[in-house]
Amino acid sequence: MRTANARLRPWLFHGGMGLLAALWLLPLALVLVTSLRTFDDLAAKGLASLPAGLTLEPYGQALANGELRAVGNSLLITVPVVVATLVLASMAAYGLARYRIPFRRTLLLLMLAGNLLPAQLLLIPVLKLTERFGVFDSRIGMIVVLTAVGLGFYTFVLHGFMRGIPQEVTQAARIDGASAAGVYLRIVLPLTKPAMAALGSLAFTWTFNDLLWAITLLRDETKLPVTPAILGMQGQYFSSWNVIAAATVVAAVPTVVVFLRFQRYFISGLLIGSSR
Amino acid sequence: MTALPEAVSRGSRGTGAPSRGGRRGSREAAVLLAFVLVPFAVEMFWTFWPALNSVYISLTRWDGISPPVFVGLGNYTRMWSDETFRTALRNTVVWLVLFGGLSVLGGLGLALLLDRPRRGIGIYRAVFFLPVVFSMVVSALVWRMIYQPDGVVNGLLTAVGLKDQARIWLGDPDTALYALIVPALWRQVGYIMVLFLAGLKTVDPLLHEAAKTDGAGALARFRHITLPQLRPVSTVVLAVTVIDALRSFDIVWALTKGGPYHSSELLSTYQFSTGVLGSQLGYGSALAVVIFLLTVATIVVYLVRSLRDEEAA
Repeated sequence: MRTANARLRPWLFHGGMGLLAALWLLPLALVLVTSLRTFDDLAAKGLASLPAGLTLEPYGQALANGELRAVGNSLLITVPVVVATLVLASMAAYGLARYRIPFRRTLLLLMLAGNLLPAQLLLIPVLKLTERFGVFDSRIGMIVVLTAVGLGFYTFVLHGFMRGIPQEVTQAARIDGASAAGVYLRIVLPLTKPAMAALGSLAFTWTFNDLLWAITLLRDETKLPVTPAILGMQGQYFSSWNVIAAATVVAAVPTVVVFLRFQRYFISGLLIGSSR
Repeated sequence: MTALPEAVSRGSRGTGAPSRGGRRGSREAAVLLAFVLVPFAVEMFWTFWPALNSVYISLTRWDGISPPVFVGLGNYTRMWSDETFRTALRNTVVWLVLFGGLSVLGGLGLALLLDRPRRGIGIYRAVFFLPVVFSMVVSALVWRMIYQPDGVVNGLLTAVGLKDQARIWLGDPDTALYALIVPALWRQVGYIMVLFLAGLKTVDPLLHEAAKTDGAGALARFRHITLPQLRPVSTVVLAVTVIDALRSFDIVWALTKGGPYHSSELLSTYQFSTGVLGSQLGYGSALAVVIFLLTVATIVVYLVRSLRDEEAA
């Protein structure tokens, strides 16, 4: 009896899990299939039906109607934010982790606390600040704000990582006459690469997926990143579900690519992120 | 260069701390100060300074154009009589309990099922984690198709003979809020699962073996071994969940904008429509302060309780 039970258990496990996993993927499958159907097919039979045939036309329509530009906007904001974030956060983390700077714990905790403030508390004053500096409704404004409000978290994580680098390694370089900046550039940064990859892929995803700051700080439709832009398309293509589905798939591709490429780092990034 | 003897003398001191004296030393100190203070100042300027401003603006009546008028706590007393605020507050609490509670339970459940190494486990983990990389807006559009009048949910109900249960899920004030929680959960559960999986890694398998030989059942082992060992990660999960739940905005904004008739309004969406899109900057800021206080209060209550539990244990 016991052995029969033991033989049955993996089947039960994979049966249950397989079903749950399939259920989890079902919404994605629905979008993929819908994005490949023709308008007439959908109009005649509805969303919950089997496709009559497949076509790539909806993708062409979505991309031609401004989505390509929107993806470009997203990248023009996201890439500078990721770079600026990693540079600034690693500089601060290096100083705080490797040198006895007065009040360094307080500085670090203040930065982390600034990161944990809910965005709602910042929206209105930040909007007014960008207006005063003339960067409201501009990419520069988005880049500055998205970089600044996230810095604390990245600094905190990198600080923990850099403290783990043995003192002997950097000391040896100092004896050889390297300056503080030299040690940072030639020794600490290369050793921090795994953490930087993890945080970089996280920063990419979070920035690319941002909606709240974009709809607060941008008004010009031609400057909108893809996340808010596909929301607008939904109004424009009210009943063309195939185009909306195609636009949704396109908007998801960059983050999925980053995730697959950096999968190992991505998850470890979430984990170091969670021990904040 | 004069750097050489200086560096040697520093090395012989062997403390690892940079020496203070000397021309190079002071230049180094300036460089280091810039390293730390530039990022620090940038972040403070765009976070704490606006946050303090918000607190001040919340004490005024301001349309964003003419100068603000100081009204003291007027905006806060106004909330008492604001029907929409009360709906939004109630919905936010429902959201915190249902979205927070179910994502923690679901994430913990999946983590427990997928903890032990087994064939195919990596695939399951990847599947449940996949939605985490999508934006909430992408999730929203995916689920909008499911909730459409001619979408999958209604199609399934019709197919099993429950056609009279079919409805416009996002357009019905009775169901809109709950219809929004499902896609939010779909995206959050995988994230919580990963956090718990990391926590489970720290549980010593020998403890389980020992308890098993002592005759402890699966449930007893879960209660007395797994749960206590998960305590540190649970604190993290709670903080993440509370913060995420109270700042939830995207999914609601993308699907219903808080409607119909404010039935799915959260404090965050109400704050955005009054303070950012509307011209009631004072009231909007007061709502933002309430969201902030709610976050802090929830986390403090939990921390105090878990500290007390620890003392009792």
